[in-house]
Parts: sequence; C-alpha cells; structure tokens
Amino acid sequence: MSAAPREPVSLISFFLASIGRGVIAFATATGRLTLFTGPAVMRCFVPPFFLRIVLRQMIEIGYYSLPVVGLTALFTGMVLALQSYTGFVRFNAEGAIANVVVLSMTRELGPVLAGLMVAGRVGAAMAAELGTMRVTEQIDALTTLSTNPFKYLIAPRLTAGVLVLPPLVLLDDVIGVMGGWLIAIYKLGFSSGVYLQNTMNFIQFNDVFSGLVKAAVFGFIITLMGCYQGFHSKGGARGVGQATTNAVVSASILILVSDYVLTELFFAR
Amino acid sequence: MSGPAPTAPKIRLRGVRKSFGAKPVLQGIDLDVPAGESTVVIGGSGSGKSVTIKCILGLIRADAGRIEVDGTDVTHAGGTQRDALLRRFGMLFQGSALFDSLPVWQNVAFGLIQGRGMKRDEARDIAIQKLAAVGLGPDVGELWPAELSGGMQKRVALARAIASNPEIIFFDEPTTGLDPIMADVINHLIKQCVRDLGATALSITHDMASVRKIADHVAMIYDGRIIWTGRASAIDSSGNPYVDQFVNGRAEGPIQMQIRNI
Repeated sequence: MSAAPREPVSLISFFLASIGRGVIAFATATGRLTLFTGPAVMRCFVPPFFLRIVLRQMIEIGYYSLPVVGLTALFTGMVLALQSYTGFVRFNAEGAIANVVVLSMTRELGPVLAGLMVAGRVGAAMAAELGTMRVTEQIDALTTLSTNPFKYLIAPRLTAGVLVLPPLVLLDDVIGVMGGWLIAIYKLGFSSGVYLQNTMNFIQFNDVFSGLVKAAVFGFIITLMGCYQGFHSKGGARGVGQATTNAVVSASILILVSDYVLTELFFAR
Repeated sequence: MSGPAPTAPKIRLRGVRKSFGAKPVLQGIDLDVPAGESTVVIGGSGSGKSVTIKCILGLIRADAGRIEVDGTDVTHAGGTQRDALLRRFGMLFQGSALFDSLPVWQNVAFGLIQGRGMKRDEARDIAIQKLAAVGLGPDVGELWPAELSGGMQKRVALARAIASNPEIIFFDEPTTGLDPIMADVINHLIKQCVRDLGATALSITHDMASVRKIADHVAMIYDGRIIWTGRASAIDSSGNPYVDQFVNGRAEGPIQMQIRNI
C-alpha cells in the first residue's frame, strides 16, 4: 500500500534520469571525439610523415574501392537517365536528361554514394584493425616503443582518406555520366554527340569542385570514425564488433549531415 | 656525485591510487624497485598488478599518489618528457602484442627504427642479434608473427623488449599460457637478458615457479595494496598468512575468492 504514492515519483525520476544519462553520454562522446580529433589532425602536419604508410592506406582506401564504387556509379547513372526520362517525356523535355544526370552525379550522388560505400568498406576495416590492436595491447606496445600511436596509426590514415577520396569521386563522376549516356543512346534513342554536347554545356566548374570538396570531407569523416571507434574499443572480440558497427553507422550519418551543410554553403543564395 | 644514495630505489611508488568508475583498483600502492635487481610482484587475478605497471609507464594515468624514476617525479610526465622516459624502458606484454602487420625482424627493430630513427639496415642487424640472444635463428626474422607458436612469439616479444638495451624492463605475466618447459626457457632467458644488460627488472606474475626462478625481491599485492615485501629467499618463511596461502596455492585462507556458493 505504501508503495502506491511513490510510484509516479519513481516513474518521473526514472524518466528524468534516462534523459540525463543520454545527455551525459552525448556530452562525453562529443568531448572524447574532440579530444581525439585535435591531436589526430595536428599530427598530420608535423613530421615525420610515414609516407610509405600513407601510400599503402591510399591504395587500400582508393584503389581497392574502385570496383564497388565504380559499379555503384554506373548503375546510379543508368537509373537516373531511365527515371528522369519517364518524368521529362511528359513535358517534351527529354533534352534535360543529360543535365539531370551530370548535375546529380557531380554535385550529390557521386560523392555521397562513394562516401557511403567507402564507409562500409574501409571505415569498418579500419575500426576492426585498430580495435584488434587495442585489445591485444599492440597500441600500448607502440607507446612503450617510443612511437606515438596518433602519429603512426591515425595521421597516415586521415591523410590518405582526405587525399584519395577526391580522385576516386572524380572517376566516379565520369563513370556515372557514362552510365547515363549508355542508357540514353542505347535505350532511349539519343544521339551520342547531342547527349555529350548537352552534358558539357550544362556542367560548370563549381558543380564538380563542390563534389570534390565533399569527397575530401567524407574521406576525413570515414577515416576519423574508423580510427576513433577502433582506438577506443574495449572488451575483446565483442568490443571490436561494436566498434566496427559504430564506425560505419556514425560515418554514414555524419556524411549525410555534412553533405547538407556543404550543399548549403556552396549553393544556397 | 650528489645523486641518490646507493640504496635509493630505481622506481618508487607512494600512495598510488586508481579507480575505474566506482571500482577502486589501486588503493595506495607503496613499492620500491631496487636498481639492477629483479623485483617480482605477485598477486591474484584482478588485484591490480597490470594496472600498477601501466601507471608507471603512463599508459594509464594514476588518480593520486607519486611515481618516481631515479628520484624524479614522473607521475604526470607527458609529451617529450614521457618520450624520453619511455626510451629507457622495455616492456614484455602478456599477450606478446607483436604487430601482426610487420614481419618478425621489423617487430624487433621497431623501437630502433621508429623510436630512435636508426637506419633500417643497422636496425636489422641488431634485430638479428637480439633474436639470436633469445635462441631464434635469422630465418625467423622473415616470418610473420601469426606464423609463430605462442612460445616463439613470447621470445620475439622479449627480443623486442631488450632491442634498445633498456635500463628498466617490465615483464607482464611472462609465462602465462606457456607449457612448463617453455615457461622455464622464458624464465631462463629473462634472467639472462636482465643480467647481461645490467637492467632493473619488474615482473608481475602468479606463476610461483617463475617467481622462484627470476626474483631477487618479491612484493605481494592484495586488494589494491602491497601487503608484503621481502627477499625471494624469505618467501616460504614470510609469516604472512596471505603470502603463505598464495605461495602454497590453497583455496582456504584469508584470501577469499569471490565465488558464489551454490
């Protein structure tokens, strides 16, 4: 009987406590990420630069992502052409298909889809590698061998990510436009010359450039999240699995958010 | 020399405390590690042995207390001071912690190449020498850590720990997970390496065979405090019921394992 009046209070305090826990957890995570990002970025600009590791990471992140990113772009370009045709044919505006394909690819879909694919491929692998190094004390071993883990493990990965994503996305843009062109001439009956002419007429420097800036930012986000989650993983195999998931999810969300912010910065009037 | 008296310890810990969340692990560790000798810290699992040496290395920050190396306070050393300090240390990790992305010789030479900027060829020669010192041939240097057995990994890790001729070497459970014969080989190598380098050694273990083989001094840690210290020869006549129970490996005694009664 005496428990009855207490119940609403405990329910409210339980509710408030859960909000508080969430806020504290969020603040902790934000603070920890900031404390991680600061030295990590700083170390990218202080020698020695471990060029061999940067190169190996660039091959790992860029070159080995080419097949999956290229296929994504090819089919995205193809589907864009097909979809916009269905819409535009009603207004006799088929000529705008080239425009839609090239603008969508260079401004948005090229960088974002490449970013998401690379986040899945590379961010996960990075978190797993660093997480395993953490739980097997290899990161502690680095420190005891007078080697700063930020310098040796994280800075080369961040550098590689920022450097390699723009060229990857540029290639991705070309493949995407090619996908649209394939559909336009072989399925929708466009003339190849006219389609390409339309493409070149519409495209502006800023379209491509903004996409490449986005790519560099996404490269940073992917490698940062992979390194951060891996570096702070704990608790054996389960912890490493958790870190891998977190790396991909947080990178993907941050890519989509920062994509909006960057678009706003570049094109909002 | 106005330096410390000959009896001054190489490493001195006073009142070192560390908690993880609400759980206190170290509750005021006082420990002296004499220079040029081998000190072994014994204690059960979870008693804070590993945390103690990680605090000395700065891998974990102590919450309170004072850690001195050669009389210098290094409790809060960071940046270049910490780098300079760590250059004098070697550490053998419990799980060996070899870098699996590098071949064996580069593991051994890692501290020389990355930490000290030595030329690769020169570092490689030293790595081969150090591998020989732990009884491994130069051909092992070309293998990958994953291709080695546990005992061989431990030996490579030992070679890596002594590669830069450190003044102080830490051994974290050096014989855990090895068969008794390989454990004895490792103990023997540790004794030999420490003697050859004239280094100060601090080991943590719960393997009594290892203690009897490598220790000059023994300290027992229990519940986050050092409860007994003495010479290794005195360990069987310590008169301390905790030490007696541990040394003889009895389930009955003052140390109660937290096991739920069924």
